[in-house]
Amino acid sequence: MMRHLISAADLTRDEAVRILDTAEEMARVADRPIKKLPALRGRTVCNLFFEDSTRTRISFEAAEKRLSADVINFAAKGSSVSKGESLKDTAQTLEAMGVDAVVIRHGASGAPYRLATSGWIDAPVINAGDGTHQHPTQALLDAFTMRRRLVGRDAGIGQDLAGRRITIVGDVLHSRVARSNVDLLHTLGAEVTLVAPPTLVPVGVETWPCEVSYDLDSTLAKSDAIMMLRVQRERMNAAFFPTEREYSRRYGLDGDRMAKMPGHAIVMHPGPMVRGMEITAEVADSDRCTVIEQVANGVSIRMAVLYLLLGGNESDAPNPRTEEK
Amino acid sequence: MSKILIRGAKVLGGEAQDVLIDGATVAAVGTGLSDEGARVIEAQGQILLPGLVDLHTHLREPGREDSETVLTGTRAAASGGYTAVFAMANTFPVADTAGVVEQVYRLGKESGYCDVQPIGAVTVGLEGKKLAELGAMHDSAAGVTVFSDDGKCVDDAVIMRRALEYVKAFGGVVAQHAQEPRLTEGAQMNEGVVSAELGLGGWPAVAEESVIARDVLLAEHVGSRVHICHLSTAGSVEIVRWAKSRGIDVTAEVTPHHLLLTDEMVRSYNPVYKVNPPLRTERDVLALREALADGTIDIVATDHAPHPHEDKDCEWAAAAMGMVGLETALSVVQQTMVETGLLDWAQVADRMSFAPARIGRAQGHGRPVSAGEPANLTLVDPAYRGVVDPAGFASRSRNTPYEGRELPGRVTHTFLRGRATVVDGKLA
Repeated sequence: MMRHLISAADLTRDEAVRILDTAEEMARVADRPIKKLPALRGRTVCNLFFEDSTRTRISFEAAEKRLSADVINFAAKGSSVSKGESLKDTAQTLEAMGVDAVVIRHGASGAPYRLATSGWIDAPVINAGDGTHQHPTQALLDAFTMRRRLVGRDAGIGQDLAGRRITIVGDVLHSRVARSNVDLLHTLGAEVTLVAPPTLVPVGVETWPCEVSYDLDSTLAKSDAIMMLRVQRERMNAAFFPTEREYSRRYGLDGDRMAKMPGHAIVMHPGPMVRGMEITAEVADSDRCTVIEQVANGVSIRMAVLYLLLGGNESDAPNPRTEEK
Repeated sequence: MSKILIRGAKVLGGEAQDVLIDGATVAAVGTGLSDEGARVIEAQGQILLPGLVDLHTHLREPGREDSETVLTGTRAAASGGYTAVFAMANTFPVADTAGVVEQVYRLGKESGYCDVQPIGAVTVGLEGKKLAELGAMHDSAAGVTVFSDDGKCVDDAVIMRRALEYVKAFGGVVAQHAQEPRLTEGAQMNEGVVSAELGLGGWPAVAEESVIARDVLLAEHVGSRVHICHLSTAGSVEIVRWAKSRGIDVTAEVTPHHLLLTDEMVRSYNPVYKVNPPLRTERDVLALREALADGTIDIVATDHAPHPHEDKDCEWAAAAMGMVGLETALSVVQQTMVETGLLDWAQVADRMSFAPARIGRAQGHGRPVSAGEPANLTLVDPAYRGVVDPAGFASRSRNTPYEGRELPGRVTHTFLRGRATVVDGKLA
């Protein structure tokens, strides 16, 4: 295993599959009456959140606690980008306290990479979302959800997503989820199509390992999964699209559109959903929509990542820091 | 001893000659000059250039003396072979009045390492709303001829037009930081393949090019001269080339880092590569080199932008923009322009001394190396190879993108009006 998890692009196919397989094992823990493993007993993990994200933080915290780690939650909202030095100071404070891993969420793209590579800190760093860059555990939980639904829970072990066709719809420009998913799904052999108005597709996207379309309807029939991205309402004021209604008409997923998808195809959303604009209630509440499963799977994936990065398997996942102790 | 004989240097890269300095003046240039009464500098194999002139330096004083002062900045300039620098106006307070520019001018005189010519702000407080007292700054002891809101773009077309017109009265020039503000909101790096991948806000080339296009047309319309700061894109080159072909009185500069580095560097998320305008693509770099070679871009200017360690040792988005450049500029030009065969040393003298002095109307600088001229001279050893170690910088700041990189060439001596400011590569 790698030392840090900063970007989904850093994972090889085998590493990614291994995380997904490990997550299947972790998922079984959730079915037990006592949902706890001793794997990280005596280890301290800090959730360093410079940006609000209750869902992701709770998911990591649940994963850490199920692995019996000691958890420190550090919410440093707003104190960072105004004076960047605080990231370094905070990191070094945590280092001095003997933290064994840092889960970081930051509004600035690249902040976890800086944390992992600048010599400020020695502990493994797990990116829990940075700016508009990456959110690798989200991509992993999405891939995990797809593998379970499209390949099968047990049949999926050891498998990737070769040949599956995934469509990602919405605000690609500002989406770390889209970037992470394009990278990981490509590594896992899937064919990805991004669908968005041209204003919400980044300049330079042509080098990404995916297709780009401006037309949702033409992609529906050939999608095994459609992943809707959240569109923040403030984008409207910045003229990315004319009105909420026009966006909804062209890029929203409603019952009629869902009916054009193949019978086995699923609808995904990283949450929280903006019902009525990007997705109708009818779709969101259908059994083809995996939003709730994604949340549950997020805990399993994060358990797997923590377990693998923190030397859950000491033989091939050495962590120099823990060996020194 | 006021006489110095530089023996056997290649003057502007030409034939080896002796140059005799007497007092503040070049007394003679020739072969076999007598060394009687003179300190001799054996300069075989070295290149003698007119003292370099930087039209774009940030000295930070007044206001950010933790980054740089006029003294430390001019020491850095002398180390890099400069005898004159133009100090940008974005200080605290802004150099938008006669009082501030005179202060900077006086500090330069007191430093003694390098002449400091203050640049005046175009608008009050660099706010782009109201013209600063351009005439008063010109009439002051500082004799300001170059005006710039550098760091910010004069984006209001009417204000820009008025400034261009107004400075005609005293032969001034407006130096534009071309950056359309709306197109660069939240910009962190060049917009393109790399920014898409890194998820950093894009600074599109068109934000620079559209302002340059507007400004050359304004300059044509009102018959003024305009100078474009730090050109960074292939498209900007095309616009300036077109403007010159049309007879518009436009000059342009390129920084050393835009001649060498690309946005690929940003993949490290190391803010030492964060600069405005941002590092562009390989294609842009090659176009800039060609344009400097063919004269479309007139000069090299450093945009020396010192920042304290804490403003760079942080995450990318929080970091300050800018790089120090005075002490490495000539080496980068040697590597990118001379060793590639694009420029000879005489042309380097033009791009880094004669032309910037002419654009900025710097008195006594950018003069030929010949008898009777002020002895502002720089001696360069082009055979030298060394790894850049910022610990040895004279600048107060260390934010160089070249740390650990091998660069060619070394300034061995710098003379400001006959007085050595650098001797054997060390500050005198």
